[in-house]
Amino acid sequence: MSKVEFNKETGPREVFCGLTSIVWLHRRMPDAFFLVVGSRTCAHLIQSAAGVMIFAEPRFGTAILEEKDLAGLADAHEELDRVVNDLIARRPEIKTLFLVGSCPSEVIKLDLATVAEKLNKRFLGQVKFVNYSGSGIETTFTQGEDGALKALIPLMESSNEEKLLLVGTLANNVEDRFKKIFRNLGISNIESFPPRQSTELPKIGKNTKVLLTQPYLSDTVRDLKHRGCEIISAPFPLGIEGSTKWFLAAAKAFNISELKVHEIISPLIKRSKLALESHKEILKGKRLFLLPESQLEISLARFLHNECEMDLIEVGTPYLNKDLMKEEINLLPDNTRIVEGQHVEKQLDRVRESNPDLVVCGMGLANPLEAEGISTKWSIEMVFSPIHGIDQAADLAGLFSKPLRRNQILTSKTLVTH
Amino acid sequence: MELTLWTYEGPPHVGAMRIAASMKDIHYVLHAPQGDTYADLLFTMIERRGERPPVTYTTFQARDLGGDTAELVKKNIKEAVDRFRPKTLLVGESCTAELIQDQPGALAKGMGFDMPIVNLELPAYSKKENWGASETFYQLTRTLLKEKVSSSEKISPLRWKELGRRPKVNILGPSLLGFRCRDDVIEIQRILSEQGIDTNVVAPLGASPEDIERLIDAEVNICLYQEIAEASCEWLRRNFGMEYTNTIPIGIKNTIEFINEVHNKLDLPLTNKQELEHKSKLPWYSKSVDSNYLTGKRVFIFGDGTHAIAAAKIAKEELGFEVVGLGTYSREMARQLRATAKDLNLEALITNNYLEVEDAMKKAAPELVLGTQMERHSAKRLGIPCSVISTPMHVQDVPARYSPQMGWEGANVIFDDWVHPLMMGLEEHLIDMFKHDFEFVDGHQSHLGHTATNTKDFLKSDEKKEKNSKEGIIWTESGRAELTKVPFFVRGKVKTNTEKYAIMRGIPEISDETLYDAKAYFS
Repeated sequence: MSKVEFNKETGPREVFCGLTSIVWLHRRMPDAFFLVVGSRTCAHLIQSAAGVMIFAEPRFGTAILEEKDLAGLADAHEELDRVVNDLIARRPEIKTLFLVGSCPSEVIKLDLATVAEKLNKRFLGQVKFVNYSGSGIETTFTQGEDGALKALIPLMESSNEEKLLLVGTLANNVEDRFKKIFRNLGISNIESFPPRQSTELPKIGKNTKVLLTQPYLSDTVRDLKHRGCEIISAPFPLGIEGSTKWFLAAAKAFNISELKVHEIISPLIKRSKLALESHKEILKGKRLFLLPESQLEISLARFLHNECEMDLIEVGTPYLNKDLMKEEINLLPDNTRIVEGQHVEKQLDRVRESNPDLVVCGMGLANPLEAEGISTKWSIEMVFSPIHGIDQAADLAGLFSKPLRRNQILTSKTLVTH
Repeated sequence: MELTLWTYEGPPHVGAMRIAASMKDIHYVLHAPQGDTYADLLFTMIERRGERPPVTYTTFQARDLGGDTAELVKKNIKEAVDRFRPKTLLVGESCTAELIQDQPGALAKGMGFDMPIVNLELPAYSKKENWGASETFYQLTRTLLKEKVSSSEKISPLRWKELGRRPKVNILGPSLLGFRCRDDVIEIQRILSEQGIDTNVVAPLGASPEDIERLIDAEVNICLYQEIAEASCEWLRRNFGMEYTNTIPIGIKNTIEFINEVHNKLDLPLTNKQELEHKSKLPWYSKSVDSNYLTGKRVFIFGDGTHAIAAAKIAKEELGFEVVGLGTYSREMARQLRATAKDLNLEALITNNYLEVEDAMKKAAPELVLGTQMERHSAKRLGIPCSVISTPMHVQDVPARYSPQMGWEGANVIFDDWVHPLMMGLEEHLIDMFKHDFEFVDGHQSHLGHTATNTKDFLKSDEKKEKNSKEGIIWTESGRAELTKVPFFVRGKVKTNTEKYAIMRGIPEISDETLYDAKAYFS
């Protein structure tokens, strides 16, 4: 492990809660509905983060707790039952319904598992019910996906068939690219989790080799291990370096030679390096500060330093699983300052003191920092854009070079007055 | 428990944030988990604010619940006070913290600070955003002024005469995330100053705690947005005798009435009455022959109470539209809106469910929708032009240009914003004249670009439904052909009416003649 500097910080945080991950999960599985059992705040959060108005009827909603629901838990369970019945009647196309716990439902100890169990019996053969918590007292942003996937594992049948299982939501086009490359490598049986249809869950067992596409799936990994799956240890497929090592690790698990991998991906690497050049020109030598939010921060820092030659001031992460991130941490330059957790005020003090060229942060902080003359990139864009894989490396770099390039354009005089 | 896919208003603590973020030298310590920090983006992204809202979230976690969350609250309060040095501190909790009952307001008061502390109790499971804003502004006003209640005499609206100066008023209610408040304030101040009236304080937008303390230097309060300011205005009336205005100056008639009301209260002679009629271009533009086509346009209105009621008046009396639907999500203003709806022979729609609003819109078959951003989307799906008149705020509702809703310029803005989405009169006339020419492609009507007006799709999609309908009504070739000749904006209504008529009369097949029979029957 490289000599990175680990720090922990506590205090007021400025991050999304796990409910936010519904925004990409519902798009991944169009036959599923996400029902948050929570407050008006939960409903308002999701609609503010998701631009809900473009949908005639979105595939997520909130069963908003009211005063009478707080008075007696028995009534609350009954009420939830009624809401679910109405919802299923209105949306008969739903195949899987996620009951998503929130801060208030966790605090009043609403037992969503029991509710789900009862509903599963009643709607047997029609709708499957699972439950998980996306509450902000337990989860941050992308951890919501971890909870949702973990909740699906008990529904996955067992099979000893050898397969490669890609775990973590990917953009569909990226997923297709990956599968094509793996097939070219000679791995034919490849599945994804979450699948594109909630009903088409992959079967798993001791010959399932799990390759993670996202770094925030600690609980899912643990449960997959319990089901006998083998977890392939690799960095994450962000940038050329991460993706190459990711492909190599998968190949090794399937006894495919390194030579074969290089043969297939070297043309991709060649053209991707070319595409990366113009971004690198802008990013090179620029100083980067990453605030915690998506848990992608460590992988992004590795990519932006190793491949785009940026200097890392601080790498914040809401939560650090050293075991899962070990391959990534090994690739970081010595003395990288990693900070787990947050005290947003103290962290912003450090941002100002260190005068970075670019700050990766949440949407609440971006414009205030811009107003202070500090360029920013909002982290939520990383979870909505196709950024994985060798072919996307230049696009990923582009997310960071764009604000800097824009700044350059707006502050320079390029047209002379005639 | 209420199933909500989308909500017009946020929780009440977001209303409190709107007050805190609108003001200077105030800090709000909010006992809340980390996810609640999303609310910052409402200000920094939607309003494009270059500063964070002055809010410290305690961001307690599950592991804190077993321990001492009260200590965590105190630690955050202390840090916030040390760092931000506010002149007044607001302390409250969001939905989750309400359940664990740490009483953060009481804790703060026991910490020995010398600044005023406002303890906000905003019931998250029964109240919503506007109520939270109103309550916060009220509690703040009360806290900062209650000590002056006994010592001061009732404020006469005529006091300015005794003091030998121009009359002074306060403008109360404008806040961040309020619809066009930024520009309304400028417009109203301009109008008042033209009439020789000075603005003492604008609050909460841009006000400091000191400004709240000197609210009583004015003679009269202007209650600009009842949703936010009525409770405070009422408290100032009861305790200091300060009168406040009821007229919301949106539209020409109401702006003039507003000016009259202020003058009456202050006993200030109104000398430029004639001039007022010509301050805005709206009256003449509405009278211009080009606007004849606006007569009787069917308009559906939904929004917050203030803007929906004002819109109904303008639509009916200043533009000559026919109001075919009126509703609001502001339960606090339901009574007032119901009264207006009754005057229009309508049943008011009071709901927080946008799907109900969309249904009502569909049934009313309007030619123009005036609503929130959500109604803009619903109207788009129905192929009806729409103009946005109310919160909830969207980044598009914070235009770079000066764009008030109130006063003279507000009326100009409203004329443009409502009329442009409709087809220009001449253009509509031409389309009507030439629509049967072979060059004319139906569904390609000018700048409106409706997707739902493509006749073929419209009929095709409905054809399927008809075959499945239990009434089993069939449109014959001639009936369908006649229907395509009906202007697109009333086609839906004609179709529904004809089918209703056919069912009523037990006619199994609708021909061109049935269509005309139905037309005669319903007209």
